[in-house]
Amino acid sequence: MDLNVLWFILIAVLFAGFFFLEGFDYGVGILLPFLGKNDDERRVIVNTIGPFWDGNEVWLLTAGGAMFAAFPQWYATMFSGFYLALALVLIALILRGVAFEFRRKDERATWRGGWDWAIFIGSLLPALLFGVAFGNLLRGVPIDASKNYAGDFFFLLNPYALLTGLYGLVLMTLHGAVYLSLKTDGELSARARRIASTLWLPALVLLFAALAASYGATDMYSKLGVNPGPIPILGGVALLSVIWFLRRQRDGWAFVMTGITLVTTVMTIFMTLFPRVMISTLNPDWSLTIYNASSSPYTLTVMTFIALVFVPIVLVYQGWTYYVFRQRVSRKSLAS
Amino acid sequence: MDALFLARLQFAVTTVYHFFFVPLTLGLSILVAIMQTIYFRTGDEAWKKHTEFWGKLFLINFAMGVVTGIVQEFQFGMNWSEYSRFVGDIFGAPLAIEALLAFFLESTFLGVWFFGWDKLSKRVHLAAIWLVAIASNLSALWILLANSFMQQPVGYTLRNGRAEMTDFFALATNPNIWTQYPHVLFSGVVTAGFFVLGVSAWHLARKSNPDFFRRAFQVAALYASIGAVMVILVGHSQAQHMVQNQPMKMAAAEALYQSQDPASFSLLTIGDLSGRKEVFAIRIPDLLSLLAYNQFTGEVKGINDLQAEYVKQYGPGDYAPPIPLIYWSFRGMVGAGFLMAFLALVALYFVLRNNVEGSRLLLRVLPWAILLPYLANTTGWLMTELGRAPWIVFGLMKIDQAVSPASVVSGVSVLITLVLFTLLYGALMAVTVYLLRRYARVDPDIETAPVGAY
Repeated sequence: MDLNVLWFILIAVLFAGFFFLEGFDYGVGILLPFLGKNDDERRVIVNTIGPFWDGNEVWLLTAGGAMFAAFPQWYATMFSGFYLALALVLIALILRGVAFEFRRKDERATWRGGWDWAIFIGSLLPALLFGVAFGNLLRGVPIDASKNYAGDFFFLLNPYALLTGLYGLVLMTLHGAVYLSLKTDGELSARARRIASTLWLPALVLLFAALAASYGATDMYSKLGVNPGPIPILGGVALLSVIWFLRRQRDGWAFVMTGITLVTTVMTIFMTLFPRVMISTLNPDWSLTIYNASSSPYTLTVMTFIALVFVPIVLVYQGWTYYVFRQRVSRKSLAS
Repeated sequence: MDALFLARLQFAVTTVYHFFFVPLTLGLSILVAIMQTIYFRTGDEAWKKHTEFWGKLFLINFAMGVVTGIVQEFQFGMNWSEYSRFVGDIFGAPLAIEALLAFFLESTFLGVWFFGWDKLSKRVHLAAIWLVAIASNLSALWILLANSFMQQPVGYTLRNGRAEMTDFFALATNPNIWTQYPHVLFSGVVTAGFFVLGVSAWHLARKSNPDFFRRAFQVAALYASIGAVMVILVGHSQAQHMVQNQPMKMAAAEALYQSQDPASFSLLTIGDLSGRKEVFAIRIPDLLSLLAYNQFTGEVKGINDLQAEYVKQYGPGDYAPPIPLIYWSFRGMVGAGFLMAFLALVALYFVLRNNVEGSRLLLRVLPWAILLPYLANTTGWLMTELGRAPWIVFGLMKIDQAVSPASVVSGVSVLITLVLFTLLYGALMAVTVYLLRRYARVDPDIETAPVGAY
């Protein structure tokens, strides 16, 4: 395996980790104004992700940094090409990030309500737009001979990409609802579980709709074959099983299953793309691949050493924080 | 609309704004960690209260630094795609390393620190804030290594139409970093020192909780003094490095049109409207040579000679940066720097006399002096970055070659995002200043907001 492949996998892992972790953060943020009936409950909800969301978000920044370091052409083409969409994501992430810190700084209902909506919008927009972006990566976008994006903002809003965006949005909301049922207790937990049960069917329908649409819109089926292998199938089965665990109040297992669905979705996307990173609809030869978009072998070697040393360290201490803050959050635990 | 101009303006707005928050994070994280260490060592509850009080202000500022930093990670690709293609092989590495080594650590352990007051042993909890402080300052190191490559490209070769890394070790030990990093580090110390000094002076002038704020004043006076003196000393070395490696920046900072030996230091220079010719100047003889070489002789090259030299070396073009901007930025930075050193040492004098409340005037001035580091930090970066113009990477790539093609990112697109970012940043600045003022003015004995939960 050459280093270009390794870095392709590593970036896939970073995005998979990002959606697994930040996915429930977004879901929690989206559900915040609806699930929390009063400020106490909304505080509980925000505190379930309080110690984690910032560290989770770094997965995205590291993925961005890794794209820049390993595949600078991909970084340059995609982020200049998806310019306005990415700017919207950034604005959403800014609003959301400060909202977590600022909402508690004032007791007034209008102040807190305002920041709650900032968290909502700031979670909803990225959850939707990342799915739109990945849909477009699968479908291909106009890229010219000089590796530049030749479409516009509205090109990105095609029905297929909107469908994948909606799938991502609903799946992450479901993931967040399951997380909340796991991390809260009593009535709030039960309510989160009910919402999760309600969201399950739409998520499943959207998954199969997206898979069906992928037949025409992408080359997923010719790439992965009639039998796509264990990973995509595992994702479908995991999502199917979520309702079974929810009905039995096995929230931990349900959470593992929504997590598996998110991770396998990302893996399936990257397996379909491989070895391309951006597909050109104008001319297959103009697609960006892990070879024509990559850094030099020297840079990839240096970065490989660094990643092999530090990624495990990050995993260990981030895992440790989930252990430290493993307890459910409740009104009582906040009052003490 | 001129996409290049708008892209530059957007970079200036988002980056200057980001750096409003960074230095305070760098300096205050260390100071809060020091306070908590004293609490850990002595068990004195007063120091716990200090950790909480200043920690609260730290967190407000930290949040802004983090969220505005997200933009930095992506805007090279967005607005500067040609730059990203040209230097990505080199420039992407420190950004990725920063995220992996520092940003993960900082973000994760900030959560651990804030939420972990009752969940961790005192020792582990203390380690968390130190990890935040170390990681923040480590983060600055990698970002400045990336910037150092733009100032002084090293460890690369031109191949495949781009700059490719040939020596990671050379990149990580860029000669530029040895002065640039401590300069930024100590400017963080100064910023935090003046922040704590200013807030404490405000309370002391009103006799609100003098016991608490006298202590903070003492620590901060020492902290700010160390920082202010070090910033000047390091800045001096940095200027000498600049004379060697980016002489045009120094010439512009001094509005020195003709080479001089010995060179004089400008007290006031007024150029003509083009900014390219001296009309009137008051200069101190020999001082610039002294600053550049630590002796009274030595040639400092002027703008006109450098321009002729660069034309010969790089081909026809205008190689002078916007001189009035650089000239006044340099004066803003140096002026604010020396004023801060003076104020910090005066404050330290009253601390050593054990008479912190001795000067009413000082207590009235210091809250306003909180603004001084912000002036110095901003003008310092303006000079550093604008002074490199027309280069984005010195000697390798010009700014106008670096911008995303207008066919991909149109002027209208940049205008839209520029307006959005400016409006959002403006609104958030108002909220941040409101919150910082409000929480800085609270008596730490009365405040009862919960710590350890949102």
